[in-house]
Amino acid sequence: MKKTILLFSGDLDKAFAAFIIANGALAMGDEVTMFFTFWGLNALRKPNPPSVAKKIVEKMFGWMMPRGADKLTLSKMHMAGMGTAMMKGVMKQKNVQSLPVLIKLAQENGAQLIACSMSMDVMGLHQEELLEGVEIGGVATFLGEADESNATLFI
Amino acid sequence: MEIRVNAKGLQCPGPLLQLSNAVKSAQAGDRVLIEVSDFGFKKDIDKWCKKTGNTLISLDEKDSILSAVVEVVRKA
Repeated sequence: MKKTILLFSGDLDKAFAAFIIANGALAMGDEVTMFFTFWGLNALRKPNPPSVAKKIVEKMFGWMMPRGADKLTLSKMHMAGMGTAMMKGVMKQKNVQSLPVLIKLAQENGAQLIACSMSMDVMGLHQEELLEGVEIGGVATFLGEADESNATLFI
Repeated sequence: MEIRVNAKGLQCPGPLLQLSNAVKSAQAGDRVLIEVSDFGFKKDIDKWCKKTGNTLISLDEKDSILSAVVEVVRKA
């Protein structure tokens, strides 16, 4: 059976949950489709994107938002970066895979990652700035995938 | 054939992914012996077998390590 996960949040902890569930589902033999909209799109940004011609507002969005999975921060206890750094340290020590690794694993194991075109347009993110293999779709694609799934999560 | 998988030290869902990959590359009737330190695996392995149709032969616990033996079943 298919699972569809919509990542709306750009919080590190929530993105973690989404990718743990995705990888778990893949290990259970499920198909997985993940949608990324609004703040969730930031999880898919390349850390070193190619330069893209942008309008001023798009550039500002680009600077203000976290550039990629490794730059996301905790929804609680971020504490100007200390809390997030501490959490990452503890997770590493306890051998929890990092978010970039979980994303790579999900892709390797066949998860389909789809970025919301409207959010990309609003935030001025271009396809070249997102990870390789990420597709682009709209709400109908999400709903179509949800129809084919027996569980759909909004995170 | 018995395939051994060392998933000690891996956190959820690492052991499940390792098991899934081992079973994928195995033949029907093969057994996979997986060793895991993540204690959620104790409950997870039941669900995993039920869902994927493979058979859990045994599940043992010793010195905080879980050892599970799974027989690979290929659906006709």
